[in-house]
Amino acid sequence: MTELVTGTGGPTAADPAAGKQGAEPSIAKVSQWSDIRHRFFANKLAVVGLAIIALLILTAIFAPLLAPHDPLQQDLNATLQSPGGAHLLGTDALGRDQLSRLIFGSRIAVIVGLASILVALSIGILLGAMAGYFGRWVDTVIMRTADIFFAFPLLIGAIVIILLMGRGVLPVVLSLGIFQWATFARLLRSQILSVREMDFVHAAQALGASRGRIIRKHILPNSMTSVLVYGTSNVGIAIVAEASLSYLGVGVDPEVAEWGNMISAGRGFMGVKDFMWTYPSIAIVITALGFILLGNGLRDAFDPKLR
Amino acid sequence: MGRYVVRRLGQLIVVVLGATLILFACLFVLPGDPVGQIAGSDKARDPAVIEQLHEQYGLDKPLVVQYGTYVGKLVTGDLGTDYTQSRPVSEILAPKLGNTAKLAVFAIVLDVIIGVSVGVVAAMRRYSIWDVSATFATTLAIGVPSIVLGMILQRFFVVELNWFPLIADDSFKSMVLPAVTLAIIDAALVAQLARSTMLEVLRADYVKTAVAKGLPRRTVLFRHILRNSVIPVVTYLGISFGTLLGGAIITETIFNWNGIGLALIQAIQQNNNPIIVGVVTISVAVFVVLNLVVDLLYAALDPRIRLA
Repeated sequence: MTELVTGTGGPTAADPAAGKQGAEPSIAKVSQWSDIRHRFFANKLAVVGLAIIALLILTAIFAPLLAPHDPLQQDLNATLQSPGGAHLLGTDALGRDQLSRLIFGSRIAVIVGLASILVALSIGILLGAMAGYFGRWVDTVIMRTADIFFAFPLLIGAIVIILLMGRGVLPVVLSLGIFQWATFARLLRSQILSVREMDFVHAAQALGASRGRIIRKHILPNSMTSVLVYGTSNVGIAIVAEASLSYLGVGVDPEVAEWGNMISAGRGFMGVKDFMWTYPSIAIVITALGFILLGNGLRDAFDPKLR
Repeated sequence: MGRYVVRRLGQLIVVVLGATLILFACLFVLPGDPVGQIAGSDKARDPAVIEQLHEQYGLDKPLVVQYGTYVGKLVTGDLGTDYTQSRPVSEILAPKLGNTAKLAVFAIVLDVIIGVSVGVVAAMRRYSIWDVSATFATTLAIGVPSIVLGMILQRFFVVELNWFPLIADDSFKSMVLPAVTLAIIDAALVAQLARSTMLEVLRADYVKTAVAKGLPRRTVLFRHILRNSVIPVVTYLGISFGTLLGGAIITETIFNWNGIGLALIQAIQQNNNPIIVGVVTISVAVFVVLNLVVDLLYAALDPRIRLA
């Protein structure tokens, strides 16, 4: 029983009061986190989503071990080979192994997806918290700036930044981050505004807690979860946006093993060599679905009311 | 209400100006001389010609002056002059914007028909086989991005069945596939939204009251349930329509639909800055205007919302 209550048990056993409490018929204390974890794992689709994302990240990490060939190595004697034989998923117009390119493509997806959302979250959390906390002209300036960034459709905004910086992974990460922070800032600001008026904050104020303590211990933790959950589900959107940019010829360099590049290369062989674009398409769809399921699962686990 | 509209219009102008400033600043520091291409190949370039072209397009003036001139013209609907064709940008983009608008309207109509009906049926018959299949289908559809969906539709309906032209002309027939591509993904989101808002409204006290006082089912459904469920859907559709009008770059590129999205991609390949600036400006302006329209529609649809 004690183990259930305290988890580690060690420090509590030294506490003289613990023995007394253990003797009473006690209710196992369920922490908020274990409750959330329980709700998440009870949701089968959420677990499927988590499994897909875990698999994607493992593929990205171990890509050099998993890929049968060098994704950039051309073999002009073996171009456009159909799947099977030495090349399980065939080869492209330059004789590069499609399976290896697909596996290495997961690296770009994971890096760009996570990094761009981290950029967006960092800017969005900083500015959103400032707007929500300081109010007045700080709020006005930050929120009007957010409106400006919000007015750009994601791909169009990203293209502008990429035209400025040139193609490549870093420009794609920054451009997708720069045009997604406004959503997070708005969300965090509105959360802070509603949490600030809640009873437990007033109670903390009445007990004489300092402003810094109230922000750190009460307002931020209670406003951040929805922002972080929303951030998770947006990783999938960022990955699709990145593949779309590369497909349009304004993403990463065309020779890089990346899914959008692969689909774009297969476009000219539609109806003749369909395997060139179908496999990377499947990879994108599974990844996008994985993040949608994970995001929905997290949202429902954190806030069952929203269901 | 009047004051609210005026204030929102003021905000709208600030947003458009801010967006054009970002855009202008980005494109000004771009490497490469925009008139380089029309001044001939490297060897044949005459410095005097380049200087004359710079003067003609105002590129010799400082950035601030160029931006001022640009904004001044923008107010009168003048988007500048294209470098390669020496025609006004607005003249080049107007028919393309028309094509994009046609596509957007068609897509939104499909979107509403499919999305709302699926959502309403799923909500009214909750947990039925219809509801479960709708949830499954919409989750799947949201996961399929337009690059993939567009390629699949093109593969089967153009390459395999030959039902539609590969290179789109501006005909209705060539509009079907891009519109369906845009509509399917969006309709899935609309259906999910319609379902969840309707489920919420169905639980509301005023619906129970309406049923309890013996109103006909039809009246309850249309006057009480649907009218109250429609607001989030209208918001979503308004924003979605704004995005579509700003150019569905991917879909227009896949199907070669001659809209402003395709124009943007072509302009990038040709390093044609005035067209790029023009398309982005239009896309931003359309988006903020539609946002305002949606906010005003709120008041018309929901008597509880009073704009001040």
